[in-house]
Amino acid sequence: MDFVDYYKILGIDKSASPKDVKNAYRKLARKYHPDLNPNNADAKANFQKINEANEVLSDPEKRKKYDQYGENWQHGAEFEQQQQQQQQRAQSSRSRGGGFSDGPAGSDFSDFFESMFGGAGAGRGRQAKYRGDDYTTEIHLELIDAYKTHKQTLTVNGQNIRITIPAGVENGQTIKITGHGGAGTNGGPNGDLYISFSVANHTSIKRLGNNLFENVELDFYTAVLGGEITIDTLDGKVKLKVKPETQNGTKVNLKGKGFPVYKNEGQFGDLQVTYNIKIPTNLTEKQKELYRELRDSL
Amino acid sequence: MQTKYLVAIDDFCANHNIDISFISSLQQTGLIEITTVENSGFIATDQLLELEKYVRFYYELDINLEGIETVSYLLQRINAMQNELNTLTNRLRIYESE
Repeated sequence: MDFVDYYKILGIDKSASPKDVKNAYRKLARKYHPDLNPNNADAKANFQKINEANEVLSDPEKRKKYDQYGENWQHGAEFEQQQQQQQQRAQSSRSRGGGFSDGPAGSDFSDFFESMFGGAGAGRGRQAKYRGDDYTTEIHLELIDAYKTHKQTLTVNGQNIRITIPAGVENGQTIKITGHGGAGTNGGPNGDLYISFSVANHTSIKRLGNNLFENVELDFYTAVLGGEITIDTLDGKVKLKVKPETQNGTKVNLKGKGFPVYKNEGQFGDLQVTYNIKIPTNLTEKQKELYRELRDSL
Repeated sequence: MQTKYLVAIDDFCANHNIDISFISSLQQTGLIEITTVENSGFIATDQLLELEKYVRFYYELDINLEGIETVSYLLQRINAMQNELNTLTNRLRIYESE
């Protein structure tokens, strides 16, 4: 456990007045507050540090203790005794302080802080409601999993949460499960759980939003004469009629055979099929001759 | 017709210990919408998260109303760009995997 220099964190020197502490804290809070830095883990970590520094330096008693024993906190047997006495006094005498309603819950304080001040909540005597931490997690899905609505059980912070993943979820999409984050303190609301989806595609079918794109090999004779082929889609096999004299690269749009539209049950994008015509190879001399005859007849 | 859930502004202000004039100012700037029922102001519950965010900006970060407007606009842009980035990343994957 390392010593934490709260003055350095707030960018002030030891002679800073309470007003200087407040100003430095507010300035940094505006930079790193989670509301201003959505989905930014670094900013959140920085915000917790400056919040902790402010928690100590804005409280005259804590600041005094920190200044007196801070760097020698590991040898503070005497300090411990004094701390306990002060905590007992504090429990009966402290009044309410300020604080961020979106501020840190107990677990957001460093080990150093907890060691020196007896835990995040101890001695604070605050009645301010703190919203619980927001949790983030990632779910990895295959494309075919994202094609159908299904349920999954997640373990977040030791708790099992069963969620429904709607069909059509996008790679990189984040959804919020309200109230499933960290528990609030002093009656504050729970944080939220943010789930990001990573959708891997190991199929030959490409996805762009709700539309799917598939390259299909078409044999030369069906392309020339027309016919019927069967292709694989995410929804099973589909029969397609091929027009005679179909050119290489021809695109066919299959309406409603694409990906489900997120949270719009029964609605689907389109599937665009591109024909890649396969030219016969390894022809025998006789076959080549037949092609020459065909060429000369045209 | 969709049901709209409302919270009384008086209750919100009492609960958050804030001045009602702040809510009126937010309404005037167009950041929130207030529904009036029988001379009482209400806010839709789907706006509460945003409203609480504005309260934190104003009372805890000392950001004035003009600042809140600017921040709100920039956060919307960040959000839109994040969505666009996701879309473009997904589009890029189509060509990278070919």
